[in-house]
Amino acid sequence: MPAKLSMQGLYKVFGPAPEEAVELARGGSDKDEIYRRTGSVVAVNNVNLEVAAREIFVVMGLSGSGKSTLVRCINRLIEPTSGQLLIDGQDVLQADEEGLRQLRLNKVSMVFQHFALFPHRTVAENAAYGLKVRGVGAAERRAKAVEALEAVGLGAWADALPANLSGGMQQRVGLARALAVDPEILLMDEPFSALDPLIRRDMQNELLALQERYAATIVFITHDLHEALTLGSRIAIMRDGAFMQVGPPEEIVGAPADDYVANFTKEVDRSRVITLGRIARRDRPLLAPSEEAAAASRKLQDAEVQGLLVADSNGKPLGSVSATALLGADPAVKVEDIMERPALTGERDTPLAAVLEAGALGAPVALLDNQGRIDASVDPGDLLSALAAARAEDQNLRVGGTA
Amino acid sequence: MTDFLSWLSPSHYGRLPFADWVQWLVRDWLVPNFRPAFQAMQWPVDQVLRGLEAALLAIPFPVFTLVLLLLAWRFAGRGVALFTLVAMLFIDAIGVWAETMTTLAMILTAVFFCAIAGIPLGIWSARSDRVAATLRPVLDIMQTIPPFVYLVPIVMLFGVGMVPGVIATIIFALPPIIRLTSLGIRQVSEELVEAAIAFGATQRQILFDVQIPLAMRTIMAGLNQTLMLALSMAVIGALIGAGGLGLTVYTGLGRLDVGRAAVGGVGIVLIAIVLDRITQGLGDPSLRDGTWTFSGSVRRLLGLAPPRMQEKLGT
Repeated sequence: MPAKLSMQGLYKVFGPAPEEAVELARGGSDKDEIYRRTGSVVAVNNVNLEVAAREIFVVMGLSGSGKSTLVRCINRLIEPTSGQLLIDGQDVLQADEEGLRQLRLNKVSMVFQHFALFPHRTVAENAAYGLKVRGVGAAERRAKAVEALEAVGLGAWADALPANLSGGMQQRVGLARALAVDPEILLMDEPFSALDPLIRRDMQNELLALQERYAATIVFITHDLHEALTLGSRIAIMRDGAFMQVGPPEEIVGAPADDYVANFTKEVDRSRVITLGRIARRDRPLLAPSEEAAAASRKLQDAEVQGLLVADSNGKPLGSVSATALLGADPAVKVEDIMERPALTGERDTPLAAVLEAGALGAPVALLDNQGRIDASVDPGDLLSALAAARAEDQNLRVGGTA
Repeated sequence: MTDFLSWLSPSHYGRLPFADWVQWLVRDWLVPNFRPAFQAMQWPVDQVLRGLEAALLAIPFPVFTLVLLLLAWRFAGRGVALFTLVAMLFIDAIGVWAETMTTLAMILTAVFFCAIAGIPLGIWSARSDRVAATLRPVLDIMQTIPPFVYLVPIVMLFGVGMVPGVIATIIFALPPIIRLTSLGIRQVSEELVEAAIAFGATQRQILFDVQIPLAMRTIMAGLNQTLMLALSMAVIGALIGAGGLGLTVYTGLGRLDVGRAAVGGVGIVLIAIVLDRITQGLGDPSLRDGTWTFSGSVRRLLGLAPPRMQEKLGT
């Protein structure tokens, strides 16, 4: 599938000598050196990215890392100095003023850190602004605005003024304004940074739900790693204008590309990031319900696991037996008489933390394919050793970090 | 000692004929070549002034007072309304009602032209640093040069009378409306303008949807300043033949008639206070949460309540 949004070798330089600065950056000079030599600041340094349709791509970095500049390059609120930027295969940087306006009107909308609501317009007028600019009639844009406001839970506030709303509600209006135009790409520049932690978590969950409904591709900027891990299907870690690492959350946390990224991720609770898909195995034997405990015990010992799944002839899970149950049972008893029902199941992207009780119970977790058959399994032993490894890694990093 | 150093001062070597140059520039070049052009510029000012003066003099005293009272009440509250009533009664009682209307016509004409020239210029200078840099010294000169200095060329180019008086007033009163329009628009939050751009707004839509409404309070403050400056030119305008209250003061001065001068002066002060309070009320922040809107003002004038303010909810 072609990328919804792609960037190749994008640079943005602020200052008197942008061309020269790009040349130096291409030659491998770092930000400080370029500033010393040209007086120009490289804000975005050779960024390459591909964002698939309906993906939530999170750019995470500290302040001054260039992430806000990067997101503004996408709708050309800031003009990139050089590079290529494609949306649906169309070259955005070649677009003339009218083409650019069409892009902003119809494809790309934006949510701002400090909400940027118009204080002199009502909530509904704010939400309808994109439609007003588009030239949609008053009645239709009101209807669409109210619909978007209802989607964010503010239907009753249509005629209030933004100043009468709390911060969280104001940002919902900002979100409604962006969604009312049915955007294909939603740019979100630290939208939740100005909100209280509790409100922030609500908004994150709501954003995930809204993204399902509106099917938008989202580029999300944040300085909060937890937010990035919660929302991102992929995360880019940005520093001094360049991407240090791009990958899914568990890769960022599990396999940081360098010390800088590792430093970021060291505080993260790995059990919430590492997923079952990462440690699941397909080579574990399955038991039939009619098998005798003696045979089952042998399989268990051969596989060196702490529990086995029981499946019917179609491979669908019926239950599981733990090592303790098998070894304590009469060798002639049938598996179906001692198994725990039903089997625990999970998704490939379920975090380890969600199935910790399985580890405690000594029961394996089944990962199903789309026909509901067992595709792979996670043994409690694997689960515990993955957690132990993650924990050891954390501790090493902490020791390394303080040294 | 001073004689010894006098070789350093330019006047030692003779005098630069600067006065002659200006005299030549205005009398021998500007006047013969451009007088018709300047005369033509008078025409619109003349029309507006005449229409306004005729209208104001035709309105009976009680009707005018009532209308002003209503405006004062709606935009500035009960106290100002009461003050307006007393002020108008006093002006009429001391026998300068007609002069007051003439002065009012002159300053309203001047403010009208200041607004139609000044607001667009202010917008232009808000959008272009180069325009702002060019305008600034011009405005500085307009604000610092004593009006008496440009009365002479104005008389040479436009003659004497009410219209030249209004033109001098325009020159004097124009800077604040330009400066404050520009300031108001430049003060509109960058993020709001960015938001409008991000949603595909054109320059024009940004100006009318975002910048002007949000700058309106500052623009109104500029209008208020311009109005006050225009009033303060009433007496100076009388020097070149403008009538009204300024003329009353001027003749009082000429005859050393303190009473006469005071009658004109009190009239100017009273009308200044009333107009100041009303125009300040126009930019009242309580209208629609800190932002001026035309509809808000109209609603207020008609006695309809402004949109109700809900209490701010906790975050």
